[in-house]
Amino acid sequence: MKPNIQVAATVDAANPWATHAVRIRAIEQEVSDVASYELEFEDSAVAERFHFVPGQFNMLYLPGIGESAISISSDPDVPQRLLHTVRAVGSVTRALARKQIGDQLLLRGPFGSAWPVDLFRGQDIVIAAGGLGLAPVRPVIHYIMNRRGEFGKVWLLYGARSPDDLLYTSQYDCWRETDIETHITVDLGDNQWKGNIGVVPSLFERLQLDASLTRVLTCGPEIMMRFVIAECLAQKIDPKHIFVSMERNMNCALGFCGHCQLGPAFVCKDGPVFTYEQMEPYLNVEDF
Amino acid sequence: MSKISEQHATGSTSKPTLAVFKFASCYGCQLSLLDAEDELLAIAHQIEIAYFLEARTRALEGPYDIGLVEGSITTEHDAERIREIRRQCRFLVTIGACATAGGIQALRNWSDVGEFIQQVYATPGYISTLATSTAITDHVPVDFELRGCPINTAQLVELITSLLIGRTPRVPNYSVCIECKLRGTVCVAVAQGISCLGPVTQAGCGAICPSFNRECFGCYGPQELANVTSLCERYEERGEPRDHLVRLVRNFNGYAPAFRAAGDALEEESHG
Amino acid sequence: MQGLIDALKEDGYRVIGPQVADGAVVYDELESLEQLPLGVIDEQDGGVYRLARRQDAGYFDHVVGPHSLKRYLFPPQETLQQLQLKDGGWRVEPQQFDEPPLAVIGPRSCDLHAMAIQDRVFLEGPYVDPGYRARREGLFVVSVQCRRAAATCFCHSMKTGPRADHGFDLALSELDDCFAIEVGSERGGRILAAVDGWKPGAPTIVDRANDQSSQLERSMEQRSTTEAAPGAPKLRQLDTQDLRDLLLNNLDHPRWEQVADRCLACANCTMVCPTCFCSSVSEVSDLTNEHVRRERTWTSCFTAEHSFLTSGVVRNSTAARYRQWLTHKLSTWIDQFDSSGCVGCGRCITWCPVGIDLTEEVAAIRETTK
Repeated sequence: MKPNIQVAATVDAANPWATHAVRIRAIEQEVSDVASYELEFEDSAVAERFHFVPGQFNMLYLPGIGESAISISSDPDVPQRLLHTVRAVGSVTRALARKQIGDQLLLRGPFGSAWPVDLFRGQDIVIAAGGLGLAPVRPVIHYIMNRRGEFGKVWLLYGARSPDDLLYTSQYDCWRETDIETHITVDLGDNQWKGNIGVVPSLFERLQLDASLTRVLTCGPEIMMRFVIAECLAQKIDPKHIFVSMERNMNCALGFCGHCQLGPAFVCKDGPVFTYEQMEPYLNVEDF
Repeated sequence: MSKISEQHATGSTSKPTLAVFKFASCYGCQLSLLDAEDELLAIAHQIEIAYFLEARTRALEGPYDIGLVEGSITTEHDAERIREIRRQCRFLVTIGACATAGGIQALRNWSDVGEFIQQVYATPGYISTLATSTAITDHVPVDFELRGCPINTAQLVELITSLLIGRTPRVPNYSVCIECKLRGTVCVAVAQGISCLGPVTQAGCGAICPSFNRECFGCYGPQELANVTSLCERYEERGEPRDHLVRLVRNFNGYAPAFRAAGDALEEESHG
Repeated sequence: MQGLIDALKEDGYRVIGPQVADGAVVYDELESLEQLPLGVIDEQDGGVYRLARRQDAGYFDHVVGPHSLKRYLFPPQETLQQLQLKDGGWRVEPQQFDEPPLAVIGPRSCDLHAMAIQDRVFLEGPYVDPGYRARREGLFVVSVQCRRAAATCFCHSMKTGPRADHGFDLALSELDDCFAIEVGSERGGRILAAVDGWKPGAPTIVDRANDQSSQLERSMEQRSTTEAAPGAPKLRQLDTQDLRDLLLNNLDHPRWEQVADRCLACANCTMVCPTCFCSSVSEVSDLTNEHVRRERTWTSCFTAEHSFLTSGVVRNSTAARYRQWLTHKLSTWIDQFDSSGCVGCGRCITWCPVGIDLTEEVAAIRETTK
């Protein structure tokens, strides 16, 4: 694949195992097993150098427990307010869930490719996310909000299993106010739920898309992304204009360990964001 | 892995508790804990050893945070006892080939136990036993398996450490071959034509036997994707008698599903 | 030869060279010429490796054994960092690179190509692995020109041999009465000049060395037209025409399931492969988690851990893992690093306990695709 990989200012290309110390500045419980952690670099010179583009991730390291690749969820225009939204599901993320404000972690990053939003000026954008998949696209929402006039129509289609699993619920009104048409859906409603019920791809039928102008960004379970892609292709959207964020076992983030391979790609350095055109030959191959 | 101290079985803020139980077995795996020497004091510092009859006479009442179970189930009484132990232990670990696969005594599963009793015991009427020796997991849910005959002390310490600090223990389920290659041992199957079970056996011992030019005997049981049939076909092709292969596969872990199926198939072929 | 070993040691190198151990020619610490496998050849086939004595065999008439340079440049286990918890903060001690430089005698042309491939992984991408770099920069290579090929060798197909033409400091050609030595680097020349008893030979010696290599190359290239002797192992070759697309267009070929019936998923092929680079980083700590060591260990795409996600293992069957290995090695490697990941050394064929032969697997897929 070999795109031009830009090494971040906070990563030493000659010693990419080196970590930076960060402290937890704030923790917000989002839903039952998901929390957002705001991190602050101990070394202000590092904080100064730290920048990321939407779609990138950091390796969060808890010594003795392990390292985990976690996407960045905060505003790329305010890199010093660094936020990660994490589900406690593996040993590293569960250990993170036991941490408190002021505790130290180690961090390497940022790594990976970007949602190329800077190339979308003047275009319409559909963001289709499922479950925790909203976390890696949240920087895109920030980016668009910060320069809303530069983009055409923007839709956010977001779904989760149940109303209790929806992330960032307090933000939806704010997104709608900045003219991001936000559609929320759940697989299973409850007594209070008055919104949509159904899967994310089913929301596409409500949109009036201009196929040539539309750029689609999708992130979530692979099965959801496959159906989102099917909707896009049915609407004649160019595979080059559909962007997916892939998940594989990212152990080193450097392309050394080999775990995250997906066909010709190392998801850690060539991805996690790819065009559907790049992934098309492999997405439907079983167990690949 | 969850950190074991998150909520103690005992409910207090004291140290997590450990209990060690024995079923049909040789004590070898329990001894691995005592063998930990250097680490044992550190472990005792972090964990309350509440029930370990082979090491101390004091026995605290359950429930326990971690239960280590050695041995297989061979009597009705044991089958009942393991259910009670499961109720008492928050995190139940089977240690060794007996507990994880029935052990060498599972060889009885292919024979008539009644006949053994008649031959061995002066008063067979006193003997109450099941016809089979089976793994703990056949009777109750098990949270983690430590394989081996006996288990590797380093793996046991790694497991306890992982439970204490909440990491995934490094207990790989890949083949012994990987361990041979890490230490640079020349493959005895390829270079010396020895019928070695390494390719189908789970790592953990550090590949000791091949480093002494001996075959792997399968002490750690089948690896995750053990293809025993293919390996045995290969050994048979190059001249290993089938009955040797049956004996090789039916060893300490002969009753583990992958080894058992292959052994049965080999035997069936030679009879059929 | 002893003069060369001495000159390298004199210059501060730890010298590694081929020697017989446990039924194979392996790399180990080399003190003296006596340790070299004089008169020994290796006979190799799928799942079979045997040493034999041959009257006319020289010091280097074995070909490739189970070990390769990978062991030394990218060691099976390596500590990346050590950390200590002090007052609620971690103190990180980075890796130390104070080992003496290595000189390895014996790598063949295929091995040098394999090293160049690992260089692309660890040195030539956007990030550099500092441990690999330190060891690589110190490495002194005394390559050996093959004058024999095993039945499992197919470097001629991969265009990686048999003659080594670059990537060494010195290259030895063993002739019946002497060694011809080619200098490949400035420091190679410097070491050679320091070898006691060495003197420039007549130009005819160079011609004899070249003839020897050409002869081997010709005989390997004629493999497609020569039948192996009855009972003798098949002489391997690999048709690389459109190989990348051949495999990627056949991801659902029934052959993957068929090879999985034989494949043991034991990972031997990946361990002995001189280019396979997969590794895992794991945590080693004391019970209180105040002292931590980060350890990098070789791993394999044949393990479950390799494709583990919290939602499940991506490649959950032997067929999926074999397909990953072969398509990576022969196809997607080209996308990633501009070359095949295979150098035709044949180690994966020899050291597969059931003798699975990648050249045969490719041929089977090719045959049913036309």
